[in-house]
Amino acid sequence: MTAQSPAPRGEAAPRQLPQLMTTPPILTMRGITRRFGKVTALEDVDATVYPGEVLGIVGESGSGKSTLLRMMNLEDTPDTGTYELDLPGLGGNLFGLDRFERRMLCARNIGIVYQNPHLGLLMRHSSSGNVAERLLIAGERSFKVLRDKAREALDASEFPLERMDARPIELSGGMQQRVQLAKAIALEPALLLLDEPTTGLDVSVQALVLDTLKRLQRDRSITMVIVSHDLGVIHTMADRVMVMRRGRVVEQGLVDQVFQDPQHEYTQQLVHAKL
Amino acid sequence: MTSLASLTKPWEAFSYGFLDASAKRELRRKMLKAVAVPGCQMPYASREVPIARGWGTGGLQVTLTLLKPTSVVKVIDQGADDSVNAASIRKFLSRVSGAGKTWDTGEATILQSRHRVPEEVLREDQILVLQVPNPEPLRPVEPNMSVARQMHADADYGRLWLTLYEQMVRSGRIMQGAAYPSLVNGRHVMTPSPIPRWDVPKLHMARHLTFLSAGREKRLYAVPPYTRVEPLVFSDVPYKVEEHHDLTCHRSGLTGYFMNEIPQNDGSSSFEVSDSHFGIKAIRRSEGEALAPIDTWYKNGELQP
Repeated sequence: MTAQSPAPRGEAAPRQLPQLMTTPPILTMRGITRRFGKVTALEDVDATVYPGEVLGIVGESGSGKSTLLRMMNLEDTPDTGTYELDLPGLGGNLFGLDRFERRMLCARNIGIVYQNPHLGLLMRHSSSGNVAERLLIAGERSFKVLRDKAREALDASEFPLERMDARPIELSGGMQQRVQLAKAIALEPALLLLDEPTTGLDVSVQALVLDTLKRLQRDRSITMVIVSHDLGVIHTMADRVMVMRRGRVVEQGLVDQVFQDPQHEYTQQLVHAKL
Repeated sequence: MTSLASLTKPWEAFSYGFLDASAKRELRRKMLKAVAVPGCQMPYASREVPIARGWGTGGLQVTLTLLKPTSVVKVIDQGADDSVNAASIRKFLSRVSGAGKTWDTGEATILQSRHRVPEEVLREDQILVLQVPNPEPLRPVEPNMSVARQMHADADYGRLWLTLYEQMVRSGRIMQGAAYPSLVNGRHVMTPSPIPRWDVPKLHMARHLTFLSAGREKRLYAVPPYTRVEPLVFSDVPYKVEEHHDLTCHRSGLTGYFMNEIPQNDGSSSFEVSDSHFGIKAIRRSEGEALAPIDTWYKNGELQP
C-alpha cells in the first residue's frame, strides 16, 4: 500500500469514493403465474427480498398474497415462473426440486407461521414436541439437544417455559402463535414467512406478538416476508411493501414512501380506507 | 333324473401346497421384491386360506409358497408349539405339502411364528415367517394410507421420532412395547410385528431370511440375511429390552431368556420360558439326555454380539 502524498495547499483533495459492493437478493421470484381453473391467482409476479429485510405484502382477500407465500414455502408450483434462493449449496430454479428435496430445503432454511395454528401445529402433541419435530426432520437425534433447542426457541418466542409441555390445543391463540414462531425459528432459518400472524388475536396480544417479531428481527437479522391485510402490522414491521390486487403487483416501494405517497389508485384507496 | 353327483366334477386334489399356481407366482414375485428392497412393504393379492383373516393368513400364504416336500416346518404361537392355532397350522402345512413337521428350532427349515423369534440362533438355511396384524408403522401417526406411503417414499419418519419424544416427555422413558419401529438397512422403517422388544435385536444382521406378512392388510416385507435392523432410539437414550435377564423358569430352570409370567393364587408370579420347546430341551438335558449344544441369541440375559 503506498502512502498518499498530501494535496498541495489551496487545492481540494480528490474525492475518494468507496468501492461500491452490491448484495444479491436472498429471494428472487420471476414471472410467477398460477391459475386454478379459470381463476388466475397470480399473474406474472416478480418479487425480491434482500438479506435482513422485512418485506410486507398487502392486498385485499383473494389478491394472491397467501398463494405467493405458499410458493415461497414451496408448498405449490406455479404454471410458469422461477424461484431462487441465494443460499450455500443451492442453485437454479427451486420449483424443479422434487417433493423430498423441497421438504429438506424448507425444514432447514425456511420457517413459516400460518394464520391458522391448526395448519402449522400438531395440536395433540406437546408444544416442545412441535418445535422438536422440525429439528427431528432436519436429522437431530439427541433427546437432550432436542429438549434444549426447543426450550431455547420457545424462550426466544417469549413463551412461558413452565408450559412448554402443554398441548397447543390447551393454549390461547396468542400462545399458539408463539409456539408456531418457536417452531419456525428453531433451526435459525434464512427466511421466515408469516401469513397473517396476528389476525384473530386481540389488540394487546397482537402487540406482544409483533414486539416478539421485531425483537427477533433485530437480534437475529432474520429475513422476513409478512403477509397481512392489516396495514398497521405492515407499517410496524416491514421495510418494504408490495401491494397486490387480483394476482398482480400494483405497487411496491419503501413502506413510508408507499403509505405517505401512494401512486396507484388501489393503494390510495387502501391507505385512505385504513387511515 | 339329475343327481348331485352328475352336476359336480370328480374330486381332484388341491394344488401342491394348497395355493394355486397363479397365487404362488404372485407371492413369489412380491417376496423377491421384498427381499430386494428390505423393509419396504409390498402389496399382494392375498388369497383366501382355510383360516380366518387375522389368524395368520399372511404368514400361512408365504409359508405355503415356500414349502417343498423336503421342508421341515415349525409353527410358533407366542412362543408355544402346542397351542391349538400352532398345532392346526402345522398339521395343515404338512398335510397339503408332505413336508415334515417339528417342534425343534434346529431341525426346522421354515419357521412360521406369531409374535416371537426363537431363542436359538437361526442359520442361513432357515427362513422365519412372521405373522403381522398391522404392517404399517406410520398408522398411529398418519391414518391416511396414501400419505403414509408418500412418507415412506420420502423417508419422512419425523412423526415416529416425535412419538418417542412425547413418550420421553410424558413418562421419562420410551413406552413402546411390542412392534417397536425399526429402521431396516438404513432406509425403511418397519414394524417387526408385535414381537417383544427382547426379540428385535435378534433380527439385526441375522444369518436367516425373515419374511413378515399381513394377509388381512395384503402386505409383506422382508429382512434379508445380514441386514441392519436398528430400533429407532435417541442417541442419548439407549434401547432397552424387557427386564427378564434375571428371571428363572420354574419348569426348566433356565435363566436369562424371555419369560411368560404366570400369576399365582397368593398374588405372586412364577415364570416360564416363553420359547416352549427351548424349555423342553433344557428339561431333557437336565434329565441326562445327550443333546447337541444350542447357540442362543442371549446368554445369561445379555445379547451376544
